[in-house]
Formats: sequence, structure tokens, C-alpha cells
Amino acid sequence: MDASHTKLRLKTCVFSAVVILTNVLGNFFLSLGLRGGTLVSESPLAYIKVMFNPWVAAGIILLSVWMLSRMTLLSWADLSFVLPVTSLGYVVSALMARIFLKEQITGQRWFGTLLIVAGTALVGMTGPRTTPSSGKADTA
Amino acid sequence: MTKWVLVMLIVLSTTAGDLLLSREMKRHGEIDNFHPSRIGRLAAALAKRKFLVLGIAFMAFSFFAFMRLLTVADFSFAVPATAASYATETLLARYVLKERVDPVRWAGACLVMCGVALLAL
Repeated sequence: MDASHTKLRLKTCVFSAVVILTNVLGNFFLSLGLRGGTLVSESPLAYIKVMFNPWVAAGIILLSVWMLSRMTLLSWADLSFVLPVTSLGYVVSALMARIFLKEQITGQRWFGTLLIVAGTALVGMTGPRTTPSSGKADTA
Repeated sequence: MTKWVLVMLIVLSTTAGDLLLSREMKRHGEIDNFHPSRIGRLAAALAKRKFLVLGIAFMAFSFFAFMRLLTVADFSFAVPATAASYATETLLARYVLKERVDPVRWAGACLVMCGVALLAL
């Protein structure tokens, strides 16, 4: 395995972890902020108002980081690689619900979680990139 | 608006957004320099890509539709239901983006989809 291949793997692992964690925490905060009918109408003003809720604001910041880190990951990794690998977020969500919210997780949900972990491991065995990157540089 | 209409809108816009983002980011080239002084130039270069901006607009639409969905449905329904986009996106990644999805990757993607479905049931 040459150095550039190792570097690509390492970079992919780091960015996948950032994508997973920011997505899970972002969605979680957003969900906390939107509970109890915070968003009462479909008007644009209602959306702007709800963004000042601290939980919603924190969720939006984390989801912005998620979007940017995911775009960076997609600059070299296949979409068909990124999708299953970052789905480990479901597993992290289930663990968070179990540990922090003390929610009961049924056997069926644990089995679903196990399938996601197995699927992610399989996809992780394949190389992150199967198409050539047609761009020539990392900046303008 | 019913929750299933919202799920459909989210799946369609996420699929379109992701395909455009993936194609445009590959066309831009691998990002390899994360020095803060390069971020501005990088953002300016990316902002010139019309289809990338369109992809971000689709993702933004999907995000607001998801916010709306969270107000009419449980988190435990919203997240797995919108994961239906995994199936459409993997197929389109193979046939539109021409990614080489080998049997191991197909098997992995199918396991993930089954897992997500089990979480949703």
C-alpha cells in the first residue's frame, strides 16, 4: 500500500467521522428545538423566527459543518461509497438514544443496527474512489 | 401537507442535490489543502459552479422540508423514512455518475438499506 493510498484512506476516515457526528448531533438538536409545535405555520417568517431558538440554531450550525465536510468528502470519494459509510450515523443515533435518553431499543432495531454496521464494513472494504477526479487543483 | 408528501419531496430533492454535488465536486478536483488562507479562494471557486449552487439549493429545500416533517412526524419516523433516497442515489451513482459499484459495494449498500428499513418498521 503506497503513501498516497494510505493518506487517502486516512483523510476519508477523518472526514467520514466528522460527517457522521455533525449529522447526528445536528439532527438531534434540531429535533429538540422543533418539538412541541415550535414551527406553527408554513410562512417564510415562521422559518426565520424558529431559527432563533437556541437548539435550532445549534442544529443549523452543525448541519452547515456537515454539508461542507460532506462536499469536501465528495470531492474525492464516490457517492455510492459516502452514502452507506456515513449511514453509521443511524447506529450512533441509536446508541445516543439508549445511553442519554435511556430509550428501550427493541431486538428488531438492534438487528437493523447490526445490518447497517455490517453493510458499512463491506462498503468500507472497497476503495473510496472508482472514478477519476477530473479537476486539477484543490483551489481556484 | 401530509408527511408522505414531505417524505417524497425530501427524497427527490436530496437525490437531485447529491448527484449534482458529487458531480461538481469531482469536476472541481480533490480538496487537499485545508489551510484557512485557502478557504476563501476555494469558496469563490466553488461559487462559480452553477450546477453546484443548484445542488446546494436542492439540499437547502430538502433541509426546510425536513424541518417541516419534524413538526408533523416523530424523529424516529422522519430519519429512516427519508433514507429511501439511499436506494435511488446508489442506482443513479452507478448509471448517471458511472461509478464502479462492484458486488461487494452492492451487497454493503443492500445491507444498509435493509438495516434502515428495520429501524423504520
